[in-house]
Amino acid sequence: MQPDVHDGIDGQVLRVIVNGKEHRGVTEARTTLADFLRRELALTGTHLGCEHGVCGACTVLVNGSAVRSCLMLAVQADGAEVETVEGLADGNELSPLQEAFHRNHALQCGFCTGGFLMSITAALREGPVETEEEAREVLSGNICRCTGYAGMIKAVLETSEQAHGTKAAS
Amino acid sequence: MSRRDEQAAVPFTKNMIGAAVERREDYRLLTGHGKFLDDLDMPDTLEAAFLRSSFGHARILGIDTSAALAVPGVVAVFTGEDLRPMMKPMPAKVAHPDLQEIARLPMALDAVHYVGEPVAVVIATNRYIAEDALDLIDVDYQELPAISSTAAALAPDAPLAHEGARDNIAVHVTQRAGDPDAAFASAPHVLSETFTVTRGGGHSMECRAVAARLDTVTGQLVVWDSTQAPHYARNALANLYDMREDDIRLIAPADVGGGFGPKAQFYGEEAVVPWVAMQLRKPVKWIEDRRENFISTMMERTQTHRVKVAFDDDGMLLALRDVFEHDQGAYVAGLQVPMITLSTVPGPYKIPNIHTELFSCYTNMVPTSSVRGAGRPQAVAAMERMMDRVAEYLGMDPAELRRRNLIQPDEFPYKVGLMFRDGSPLTYDSGNYPELLSGVVERIDYDGWRRRQAELRTQGRLIGIGIACYVEGCGLGPYEGAKARLTNSGEVLVTLAAAPQGQGYETVYAQIASDAMGLDMEHIRVTTGDTGRIPFGQGTFASRITATAGPAVLQACQALRARIFTTAAVMLKIEGDNFVFRGDRVCLAEDESIGATLREITQVANIGKHGITLLRGVPAGLETQAYFAPERAAYASGAHAVVVEVDPETGRATVLKYVIGHDCGTVINPLLVDGQVLGGFGAGIGNAMYEEQFYDESAQPQTTSYLDFSLPSSMEVPPVTLFHVQSPSPLNPLGAKGAGEGGTIPAPAAIANAVEDALRPFGARINEIPVTPPRIVAAIAGRTTARQMS
Repeated sequence: MQPDVHDGIDGQVLRVIVNGKEHRGVTEARTTLADFLRRELALTGTHLGCEHGVCGACTVLVNGSAVRSCLMLAVQADGAEVETVEGLADGNELSPLQEAFHRNHALQCGFCTGGFLMSITAALREGPVETEEEAREVLSGNICRCTGYAGMIKAVLETSEQAHGTKAAS
Repeated sequence: MSRRDEQAAVPFTKNMIGAAVERREDYRLLTGHGKFLDDLDMPDTLEAAFLRSSFGHARILGIDTSAALAVPGVVAVFTGEDLRPMMKPMPAKVAHPDLQEIARLPMALDAVHYVGEPVAVVIATNRYIAEDALDLIDVDYQELPAISSTAAALAPDAPLAHEGARDNIAVHVTQRAGDPDAAFASAPHVLSETFTVTRGGGHSMECRAVAARLDTVTGQLVVWDSTQAPHYARNALANLYDMREDDIRLIAPADVGGGFGPKAQFYGEEAVVPWVAMQLRKPVKWIEDRRENFISTMMERTQTHRVKVAFDDDGMLLALRDVFEHDQGAYVAGLQVPMITLSTVPGPYKIPNIHTELFSCYTNMVPTSSVRGAGRPQAVAAMERMMDRVAEYLGMDPAELRRRNLIQPDEFPYKVGLMFRDGSPLTYDSGNYPELLSGVVERIDYDGWRRRQAELRTQGRLIGIGIACYVEGCGLGPYEGAKARLTNSGEVLVTLAAAPQGQGYETVYAQIASDAMGLDMEHIRVTTGDTGRIPFGQGTFASRITATAGPAVLQACQALRARIFTTAAVMLKIEGDNFVFRGDRVCLAEDESIGATLREITQVANIGKHGITLLRGVPAGLETQAYFAPERAAYASGAHAVVVEVDPETGRATVLKYVIGHDCGTVINPLLVDGQVLGGFGAGIGNAMYEEQFYDESAQPQTTSYLDFSLPSSMEVPPVTLFHVQSPSPLNPLGAKGAGEGGTIPAPAAIANAVEDALRPFGARINEIPVTPPRIVAAIAGRTTARQMS
């Protein structure tokens, strides 16, 4: 797709590293990071559920921190390292978190899933998630309308145990 | 022989049916490679944005689009006037002979009747520009009085929600069984109460979306629609555009980000976008944003129930009377919700005399339609709240009162005496209600909690126990269809008319096909939701697909198996058809070294040799289809039990324990059925405690973002103990019923019962759902909150 450059509006030059790969592009200043990822880079795994920062479907990692890509402008990510759901699997091999989601039926329609995976990925990098209560807190910044969260809670605890070797307390 | 007679004829062995098979859909969704509508990438696609009414009720005196058209990048602007050729009414999907039907047009013409109604559409090179241009459209409105509740609609001298209408009543329907008037007149005890139940919206995480492109070579209009009902939408378009059904191909993408009812309806935007694409001869895409979703996607809203029950000294129910108001919104897109309520109230209880009566009202708010549960949660709340009141009145335990009144397992088929919304007499097909009730009572440790409740009350702690039982009409007709075909690669392709929104059709229907054929699942693939692949279908709603598409898949695959075996017999020069599948081979049962691969079979029967005579006896073309039409609805059932603790200071209710007993007949995939029930429960908790749409008195929506409207997160949905009772339906060869809504339906009733039980020391009344902290505090203080924010 062509960059959004239109009459009277200057395009902004942008350099980002997305999932380890450098991308250079030109984008309108008002383009959100989510739209940039989806439209310019064709990384459509980042979804827009509310566009006001509540549902979390658009969550990506920017320099390691989970952010709402619907509330961040693409130009704000200039020079940053961005991770999206497309970067989680190793080739065709699902990450342990993705595997745990599959095993525990932690997704149904799958629209919110990418955002959850990114939020959880950021949380698990910070340290183990050992109790159901902690797992619920990790998930609480995102909304899923299909599953009732039960499978996701299990998936978080199982993945944490695998990654950190800690035993879930509940 | 009718299809119904045929189905029982072919036996099959259940190997995959009942297995907890992990989903085939997951990989693409987990890796960010799902195929949702907005992921569709067509060159030169234009984007649409809708201008929407900012008034609940107003005349349109004029629209000036010139400034919008002047914006660079804007290609076109269409108002209702510009769309005249296709501006026909979109009929109600469920109607009634007495319905005062008011034309629902794809876009407003000379008046608007709710905030959010489409008034104009801007087509631009991208959405940013289209939205810029929306701000420049000047609409001259003359505001009129608006109706913002059913009470306002029914008030004497109420202004009209639609100028020129008879009144604000869309339809008034009464159903009766037995002689309720006589029963009430002679009953030893009568109790009555008024309950209001406000339901949330569907809130699929993916909003609505439509894209369309005219294929100028074939003349076919191709429409992609994130719909639950592709054939219904295709039919609606064919009707509006006056086109042949084959000239429209409507595709629901393999991945639709949730449905929950609102996406089973047909909307003006779905009519406008393809029309505009045809006019402009360019692909056009519209992706609804969340703000639009709040004001223009159908929701369920408030019902007000005035319930009266008659009973004897032993608590046996003698008569039920429920007169309720239903908020239909500005237009009747369908009467399914209130018609379902009308027959769901009696639930699992034997009630000889019943009177249910509906006043469905026009208001100036977004039209209402089915949301997961669809009219049932309100009915169950009305009945189950009264059961607790009867128990309280008699000083009887509420679980015991329910037990005494339940329909017994040997009483099926049980005729309630009312009509269901599918047009057939309300006849419960099978079930075991006592087992469901005793199951939740045992698992929640009912007796233990009753003891603890008494002990903790002495310490000032408020524990409450709530139970709610329900019966859910599901598996509705008229039919659902499936095709089965042996493809060139030697795999069996099962084509469903129905479209999924996360239910796992690619997995579940491969399981059913596998058992129907006796062929491993790995050789079976499922495709869904494309009117170009299968001509007829109804759609995914009312927990109907497993009980309708399931048997269709079973029958189509049984027929395909027979055709494959016939082909094998000819190819192998063997009499009879005593074959089995081994991997991708069809083998003689008694000597598995004799056989042919599916590729060899498709080569002979399907691909053939150009111009060469087919082997005599080979059925040409290994493709089958079946449409399964159930005799009538099936009835799933269940019971929920919950223990809550209420903090009287803050009004916070905390769920301490929750148990669900669920009977959806045959469980095809327990992993996925549990997912349906637990997911439905998440919505049920939202309905019970959090989700509420507010409109002010001029019908302006006050909840238009997730900052104003609380969807339950992982912190709000408590853990659940879930068990299944399996009472197969006799109405289809799988014994299947619906599983999509049982988690939702009784949750508001159970929570309200538990909270009122907790507050019993105060004598507080919980008559309004959702049961929010302000309502709890108000109930303790002996008052009720105003429903509308003023």
